[in-house]
Amino acid sequence: MSGTYLGMPSFPEAAREAVHNETLRENLRHATHTIRDKRAKAVAELADWAQLREAGRQIKDRTLRHLDEYLVQLEKSVTAAGGTVHWAADADEANRIVAGLVKATGEREVVKVKSMATQEIGLNEALEAEGITAYETDLAELIVQLGEDRPSHILVPAIHRNRGEIREIFARTMSEWGRPAPEGLTDSPAELAEAARLHLREKFLRAKVGISGANFMVAETGTLVVVESEGNGRMCLTLPETLISVVGIEKTVPTWQDLEVFLQTLPRSSTAERMNPYTSTWTGTTEADGPRDFHLVLLDNGRTATLADEVGRQALRCIRCSACLNVCPVYERAGGHAYGSVYPGPIGAILSPQLRGTESEIDASLPYASSLCGACYDVCPVAIDIPEVLVHLRERVAGQGGKGHRLEKAAIKAAGWVLNHPAALAAGEKAASKTRGLHPRRLPGAAAWTDSRDLPEVPPEPFRDWWKKNRT
Amino acid sequence: MRVGLFVTCVNDALYPRTGIAVVKLLERLGVEVGFPAGQTCCGQPQFNTGYRRETEPLVRRFDREFAPYDYVVTPSGSCAAMVRDNYPRIGRKAAAEHRGHELADAAARSVPKTYELTEFLVDVLGVVDVGAYFPHTVTYHPSCHGLRMLGLGDRPLRLLDAVRGLELRELAGAEECCGFGGTFAVKNADVSAAMGEDKVRNAVSTGADVLCGADNSCLMHIGGILRRQDAPLRALHLAEILASTEEEPHV
Repeated sequence: MSGTYLGMPSFPEAAREAVHNETLRENLRHATHTIRDKRAKAVAELADWAQLREAGRQIKDRTLRHLDEYLVQLEKSVTAAGGTVHWAADADEANRIVAGLVKATGEREVVKVKSMATQEIGLNEALEAEGITAYETDLAELIVQLGEDRPSHILVPAIHRNRGEIREIFARTMSEWGRPAPEGLTDSPAELAEAARLHLREKFLRAKVGISGANFMVAETGTLVVVESEGNGRMCLTLPETLISVVGIEKTVPTWQDLEVFLQTLPRSSTAERMNPYTSTWTGTTEADGPRDFHLVLLDNGRTATLADEVGRQALRCIRCSACLNVCPVYERAGGHAYGSVYPGPIGAILSPQLRGTESEIDASLPYASSLCGACYDVCPVAIDIPEVLVHLRERVAGQGGKGHRLEKAAIKAAGWVLNHPAALAAGEKAASKTRGLHPRRLPGAAAWTDSRDLPEVPPEPFRDWWKKNRT
Repeated sequence: MRVGLFVTCVNDALYPRTGIAVVKLLERLGVEVGFPAGQTCCGQPQFNTGYRRETEPLVRRFDREFAPYDYVVTPSGSCAAMVRDNYPRIGRKAAAEHRGHELADAAARSVPKTYELTEFLVDVLGVVDVGAYFPHTVTYHPSCHGLRMLGLGDRPLRLLDAVRGLELRELAGAEECCGFGGTFAVKNADVSAAMGEDKVRNAVSTGADVLCGADNSCLMHIGGILRRQDAPLRALHLAEILASTEEEPHV
């Protein structure tokens, strides 16, 4: 994934800072609680939500099972409609293809509609290395880009920034990228939005190349779909002469009719809206309307490997709604950056280690970044059993025997022997009870448990001894 | 009806009073309770930390120890959920690894007869008023596994509502995780503590004397923070409230 996340520390380490940042915690608490309440109301309006969820799950699963066939069908449809399809096995290949396409136009600037796939592969940085500047046009992405920051939420990438910070970023950096922020800019939302509008309008009208991702790709027609709230995406999709879309292969749906399910579940789950304000669909090229050239870069980058894992593959159902982030008590306290990926929160904790592998410190720690409370599974509109996949990935990480896990495995094995020998367990319990006066409430050293909690008192006798005395 | 008590390893070693309460409560309701001494742990801590193969002997042990009983009752939502959700999963994975169907069969025998205490009282015994007396203000924390994996719903609240002398106070953010999560509390200590402290803040603001739940592992975490903060309420297992009577009050 993106080079900007390379060398991230493990999740607990990255989360520690966020947990002790009171402002960040309050911002996140407020934002996530507001949207989770709104989402619950929007979902409750639909009497058939459970059926829609199940339909979405089934469509995605069936598509993933036959993805090879649907992708070939998609390529045929896109080509027949006047587009060109490119296949990219990994981030490097995708970046090479896109940079080559942009260079072929002779342009040095591109406008972008918010795209997680291009962030995943670090496209902006790759283009920059080739002397091409990519302008983010989604308001929150713009804030992240101008602030030389990283996104921390799937739907609201700048969720960690407040209005004062945004004003400061606009006033300081807009002039380096194009039209400067107006004199005397305040932090009122209307003024901030207007500053962004004026800044971006110049980019839209000048750009010859647009780059997008897509929420869905329809195999039968070769149609791509982007749903968004601001209309900036639509301008990126329609104004430039060349449009390049970089899309993960799992975004395929077989038929136009399948969209019916997701266009109901996605907006309600993400923005708590009945329908998203802008739904743009495009199919190849059209005479005298929209881009003259259309390129679709189909991105694998770890998806085929994920697909091969029978438990883990359900992560590829994800429609990037971010409902799981907004209900997650861990995300709420740790913030998005701690996940070290463009995909934060519960879905990121299962998606990133599958796409990137579990070798790095951050990826090995992500499957443990959850208390397994199950709130994410409850809200997921395509019923991804995130706790199940987390535990499944923990097995993989534990099996690697990396840092910390060798000792853990030895302890688990020792405990396993005791637990399989009840007499040994009973003796241990009895010994603990006999020495109960000696047990400390706090443990010295690095015992994180007792930094904020007292250990329970050991009782005078274990239950099994009471039973023996009183019931046998 | 023969009921086997699965007391759980945490309760056996650290919270024997919860197990004693379950025995007294069930016997008061006319149930014959047995305690197979060969029982140990459901395997949840190992399984959830990524050591699935290490839990397999415990799946077999559970099946063997409770074979003579019609029902298995446990005062722990998360241990009940371990049996119900994960034993079949362990069985399926073993079969997929070409190691036979023995574990799947063991799970198939264990799952249908395993009940969390409040489920057993409401669904099997069909009682809501268990004849308890507990003159305190109480707030209830529904632990995640009971709430979401078992779908206990309002069963615990209905049981508490019927306790004489008890005043129930609503807990803000009740359905949010307390941050225990087994080894999560150790591996992600900072986030875990932050979650627990928010839970405690909400609990204290109810003004209740007692925070009760149906899982002593969550209560150990919450109770540990309560004691560290010298908070004006204590954590107590629901079973101990339900076992309490005028003749034999909980102290």
